[in-house]
Formats: sequence, structure tokens, C-alpha cells
Amino acid sequence: MDLIERNALALWATLPSYLRSTFWILVVTVALILSVAFTTLWERKVIGWIQLRKGPNRVGSIFGLLPGIFQPFADVIKLLVKEVVVPTRANKVLFRIAPMVTLVPAFAIWAVMPLDPSLVIADVDAGLLYVLSLTSVGVYGVILAGWASNSKYAFLGSMRSAAQIVAYEIAMGFALVGVVMAAGTLNLGDIVRAQAGGVGHWFLIWLFPLFVVYLIAGVAETNRAPFDVAEGESEIVAGFHVEYSGIAFALFFLAEYANMILISALTAVFFLGGWLSPFEGLLAADNPLAKPGFHWLFVKLFFFLTCFMWYRATFPRYRYDQIMRLGWKVLIPVTLVWIAVEALMVHFGVGPWSTP
Amino acid sequence: MVQLLFYGFSLLLVLAALGVIVTRNPVHSALCLVLAFFTSAALWLLIEAEFLAIVLVLVYVGAVMVLFLFVVMMLDINVEQLREGFTRYAWAGWLVAFLVIAQIVGVYWFKGLGVDATVGAAPLPANYSNTRALGEVLYTQYVYPFELAAMLLLVAIVAAIALTMRRRPGLKAQDVAKQVAVRREDRVRMIKMPAERRDADRAGGEGAP
Repeated sequence: MDLIERNALALWATLPSYLRSTFWILVVTVALILSVAFTTLWERKVIGWIQLRKGPNRVGSIFGLLPGIFQPFADVIKLLVKEVVVPTRANKVLFRIAPMVTLVPAFAIWAVMPLDPSLVIADVDAGLLYVLSLTSVGVYGVILAGWASNSKYAFLGSMRSAAQIVAYEIAMGFALVGVVMAAGTLNLGDIVRAQAGGVGHWFLIWLFPLFVVYLIAGVAETNRAPFDVAEGESEIVAGFHVEYSGIAFALFFLAEYANMILISALTAVFFLGGWLSPFEGLLAADNPLAKPGFHWLFVKLFFFLTCFMWYRATFPRYRYDQIMRLGWKVLIPVTLVWIAVEALMVHFGVGPWSTP
Repeated sequence: MVQLLFYGFSLLLVLAALGVIVTRNPVHSALCLVLAFFTSAALWLLIEAEFLAIVLVLVYVGAVMVLFLFVVMMLDINVEQLREGFTRYAWAGWLVAFLVIAQIVGVYWFKGLGVDATVGAAPLPANYSNTRALGEVLYTQYVYPFELAAMLLLVAIVAAIALTMRRRPGLKAQDVAKQVAVRREDRVRMIKMPAERRDADRAGGEGAP
């Protein structure tokens, strides 16, 4: 380590802790906003390829490579300069607050996300509960947007969305109970550490039904296809954000994509060992591929993010009553059965996790 | 710093609680209640009761108030009618308010009651986990009361479902299992018939439909 780097590190250590966490909060937030911007582009590209199109390819290129790379910036500028139309007889205050209420929880949850073996902004003991409680706050934005717009379609959309999120939250919570039982902790970083020791120790294998339930519930929570009845273009125009335009609409859009990234990251943390390397135990310990790090979390996150787009391009929209049936009558019983099975596994010492 | 936060959150909490009872719009009232829950959660965080704080948000803000808001939005409430005779019961309200304030002041001033509210809770060691401590007590010492409470909730769920679920005649419901299990033979009937010539058809008459 040379002198400058050592001095910089020493200076860094002298900073008060709130300045250091502010720095990381800024880094994570900016990175997240940029990721959301490029996720929109990636989604249009992926769906384009699935449908044998090219996707966006006009706006900008870097020396003839990556055509369309600046599409997100063009979209943002377009949305920023458009007028935000507030409908007459809408509830003015709530109408403006609603997009922010949707967006804030999606960003706030990243505070407890273990990004690296040593990097987490807030190492909260009850991290998993924090995640659950903030995901449930996100529904307020949708409900408020629907009600404040003073529009039938928006209201119908928000009602659908609220019922759906309440239903799938239970299945999601039960799936996470299984994760907590296996890990023996509510701390997200410790949940990742509990999966150390190679692919065979990941919860994906031992809690496979819960993994599937969590993934499905995650898609439903984010109101994405095939569970996007809250938007349902062919039935209720655009659902809860039908009255929003310009940057207010962009905030809803931002929140949806931030939630997608979040659910992908959480799935990776809970079931695929977060920042752990998949080659751990297979390769020598000093092999660079076997080292844990942020890049592994990124790879796993990216895979699930692409899966979200794949579902959207593949599946037709569920009918409302079928969504309710799937949530209440299929997913919840599956989790209940598997939690019982898991309790037996823990009791008889089957599985890689240590019995507490 | 902590004191400043405490007073800030307390002020917000009192304002939110006031908002619940003074706003004219029921939806605004419900939202003020959400804010009140949030600020009380923040106050609990200040005294290092992070489990209770997070569970308050999870249960009340995340579940109870969503349903509350749901109902309030669907109702067409006539506020005027509700407010009729509001002042008739004002004395009862004042009495309750006075009792509550008397209790708070009493706990604070008279240490002879056995509670000394002037000293704060002892600071906990850094590695102390509120959640773990609660869990350990709940599942060992108080496991029977806990199980009893769980049974009670289960009975309540079953009762709620039993009350609303009834066979309604003439209801057109779908049996999804039947829909999934359907085979081609149930829906499509193949009929054999001889092929017919097209020009024989044309000879019959030009311009026929």
C-alpha cells in the first residue's frame, strides 16, 4: 500500500461516522438511480430481442458501439420538461405526495442490504423485519395515488393493487420465516454468512419451495407482469397512475424499477448467498474466482432482474380472481408445509445449517 | 442531539394525533394516524427498543392501517351527520383527557408510586440484541401464554371466515381444478364428412351468399 492510499485511509478513519455513512448513502443512491435508468433500457432491449426486434438503437452510441445507450437520459429529459397536470377536484396535496411515498421505501431498504463482506450502511440486528415493514409501506403510495386522483380507473387500480399486495405479503413473510429458521438470525449480513461453504449450503437448495414462493410473491409485490392488474392497460387504462404525467409519472416508474432491483437483490441475499462466490469450496481458496465480493451479488441480481423482463415478455396477465386464488390457496399452504418440513430437518440435523 | 430528536418527534406525534381528531376528511385522519404510528416508532427507536419500533410499523402501518384506509375510502361518510351531538359528550372527553394528563404528571412527580420516570433506561451494551432477548423470553418462560394467544388468533381467523363464507345459490363460480383437467374430447367433436367440390357450388348460382 503506498503512502497516498494510506494517508487517505487514515483521513477516512478520522471522519465522524455520520459523514462516512452519508458518503455511502450518497454512493448507493446515485448508483441505484443510474441502475434504474439503465434497467429501463435493458428491459426494452431484452424484450426487443425476445420479440425479434432491435429495441431502442437511435439515441447515442460510444464510437459506434452500444447503440441506444443514451436512451434513458433522453427519456428523463423528456419527462422532466413535461407539465405535471393536476386534475381538477383531485386532492392536491396527496396527489403530489403519493409518488414520493412510493419511491422512498424502495430506496430506504438499501440501508440494510449487505453489499460486500464488510460494507453495509446500517448493520441492523432486526434487518429482515425492517425490510418487511418498509416493503409494506410502499403500498400507501399506490393507494393514495388512486384515491387522490379522483378518477374511477385510478381508484380501481389502487384497490386491486392493495388487495394483491396484502395477500402476497403474507406468503412472502412465511417464505422469509423459513430463511430465518435456517439462518438463525434476522441480520441480513449474518443470513449471507450462514450460507457460506459452497453452493450446497445455499438456501436455494434446501428451501427450494420457499425460494419459488418468494420469487413469485416478489413479482406480485412489484406489480409486474404477469401480476400487473393494478395497471392493466386493456382493462383500466393505466391503473393507479393514469392521471399522472411528466416527472410525477417518472417517479412511479422509478419506484417500480427500484423495487425490481431490490427484490432481485433480496432474493440473491436470502437464497443465493448474496456476495458469496459460487465457486467457494470448488476452487482453491486463493483463486480470485472463489473470493467473495460485490461482483457476485451483482451477477445474481442481474440474473433475477433479467428474469423479471423475461416473465413480462412471456406470460399473459393473470385474471384478478386467479391472482387471489394463487396467493391465498396455493402459495401460503406451500410455505406452511415447507416450514413444517424444515422444522423436522432442523430437529434431526438434516441440511448444512448448524442446529442452534 | 438525542434530546433534540426526542422533542422534534414528540412535537410531530402530538400534531399528528391532533390531526387525527380535527381534520374534516376521514382519509386525512387515517393518514395522520399513520404518521402518529411512524413517529412513535421513531421514539421507541430512540430508547433502543428497535424490535418494538419495527413491529409497530410492520403491523399497524403495513397491515392494519392499509385495511383501515381501504374501508375509509370506500365509505361515503356524511361528516355533518356524524358530528351531530358532538358537544353533548364533550365533558366525557375532557374527563378522560384530564385523567390521562393527571396520570402522566403523577408518575413524573410522585416517586412514592414506585416508578421513577426521571431517570432514563440504563444504556445497553453494544452487542445487546433486543430481538433475541425478547425471543428468548417469549419462547421459554412465556411459551404457554404465547401459544394461547396464537390459538386465540387462529380461532378469530376461523370465526371471521366462517361468518362470511356461505353457500349462495345461483353463484357462478369456476372450478379451476376442473378447468385445468379438461381434455380435448370434452370440448371438441370431430365430424367426418365427405369433401365437396368447389365448382359444383359455383354452378349453383353466381352471387349467392
